[in-house]
Amino acid sequence: MANLRDIRRRIKSVKNTAQITRAMQLVAAAKMKKAQDQALAGRDYSKQLNGVLQDISEGFSETSHPLLEKRVGSRELVLVISTDKGLCGPLNTNLARKLRDSVSPDADYVTVGRKLRIMLEKVGKEIVADFSVKDPVPFSDARAIAKLLSKQFLDGKYDKVSIAYTKFVNTLSQTADVVQLLPVEPPTDHGDATDTNEFLFEPTTEDVLGAVLPLYVNFRVFQTLVESRASEHSARMVAMKAATDNAKKFIKELTLEYNKLRQGAITAELLEITTAMKAME
Amino acid sequence: MPLHLEIVTPEKKIFSDTVDHVYLPGADGELGILPSHAGLVTALQPGVLRYLHQGVEVSLAIGSGFAEVNQTKVIVLTDAALGEAEIDEAATEEAIKRAEEALAGIDHSVDAEEVAYLQGVIAKSAAALLFKRSGR
Repeated sequence: MANLRDIRRRIKSVKNTAQITRAMQLVAAAKMKKAQDQALAGRDYSKQLNGVLQDISEGFSETSHPLLEKRVGSRELVLVISTDKGLCGPLNTNLARKLRDSVSPDADYVTVGRKLRIMLEKVGKEIVADFSVKDPVPFSDARAIAKLLSKQFLDGKYDKVSIAYTKFVNTLSQTADVVQLLPVEPPTDHGDATDTNEFLFEPTTEDVLGAVLPLYVNFRVFQTLVESRASEHSARMVAMKAATDNAKKFIKELTLEYNKLRQGAITAELLEITTAMKAME
Repeated sequence: MPLHLEIVTPEKKIFSDTVDHVYLPGADGELGILPSHAGLVTALQPGVLRYLHQGVEVSLAIGSGFAEVNQTKVIVLTDAALGEAEIDEAATEEAIKRAEEALAGIDHSVDAEEVAYLQGVIAKSAAALLFKRSGR
C-alpha cells in the first residue's frame, strides 16, 4: 500500500532530523559548559572593577580623562553582539527587538556575529566594522574591538557608544540588553562600596585613570562577548533539546499510525483469503 | 584591625582572606600596606606581590593592573597572578620570544596600543621569570 510506504519514509526522515538535532545538542552542551564557566569567572573581576571605579569616581570629574567626557550630540555607535549561526531559539530576534526599542533609529553599528549583521544590512543601517570572535572568546579579540570603539569615540565621530548583547542569566533564561560603554559612567548601584571618599592616587590621578579606564572598556567588551557566547550556547542547547524531544514524539505518533495501518492491511488481506476459501467450498 | 586582601584576575578570584600585611609592586616602587592604611588607588607594574597569611609569607608574580586600598581592604585587580609552582619557565621564555617577534613586526608609530600591550606582556613574563629564578 502506497500510504504505508509514505509513512515509512516520513519516519525515516524524522529519525534523521532527530539524530542531527541531538548531535547539535551535545555539541552545544559541551561548549555551553565552557562558555558559562568563562562568563561566571569574569563576573567577580567585573564586579570588583565596578566597585573600584565607583569608589574613586568621587575623586575625578568629567574632564579628568577623555573617555569620561559627556557630549551634547546624539550620534550613537552600537556594538551588536549576535550569533554566527542560527538554530539558537529566540536569541537574535529578541536582540533585534531590543535594538528597535532602545536605540535611536539613526545610530551606526559595529557588529559581531553574522545574523544581525545581515539583518541590519537589509534595513540599510550603516555598519562601520564587523568582527568575528573565536570560540572560546580570547581577550585579544575584545581588545581589538574596544580599541576601535574607543578610537571612534575619541576622534569625535560619535558621542556615545553602547553595546547590545544577550545577558546570560542561567541555562534557561537569557535577556537582551543594551548598556552604555562610552563615555564611561561610573556605576552607582554597586552594593559594597566603601564610605571612604578620599583616595590618594599613586602616582597621579591621570596615571591611575589612564590605567583603569582603558582596562574597564576592554573588560566590559570582553565580558559582554563572553556573556553573549554563553547565552548562545545555552539557547542552542535548549532549542536543540526541544527539537529532539519533538522529533521523538513525532516518531512515536507516526509509528503508531503505521502499525495501525499495517494491522488494518493484514486484517483486510485475511478477510479476503477467508472469503475466497468460503466461496471455493 | 583586620586587613582583607582580594586578588582577582579576569579568569578567577585568586585569593580572598584576612592577611597581616601586603606588599604591592606599585608603579613608583614597592608599597607596604598595613591595616588602617589611608585610602589609596595605585597602578601596579608587573612584579612580585607578597602577603603574610596566618604567619606564612606568600609571594605571587603578578601582571600589570591596579589596586584599591582602604582602611580594612585591599583589592588587587591584575591580568595574571601566579605562584612560583605555576610558572613554567620554558613557556614563559617562549611567550617573551613571541611577543618580541611580534613587536619587531609591527609599525610602532601606527599601533601604539598594540606596542604597549606587547611591552606589557614582555614585562610581565620577565617579572615572572625573575621571580621563579630568585626562588631557588
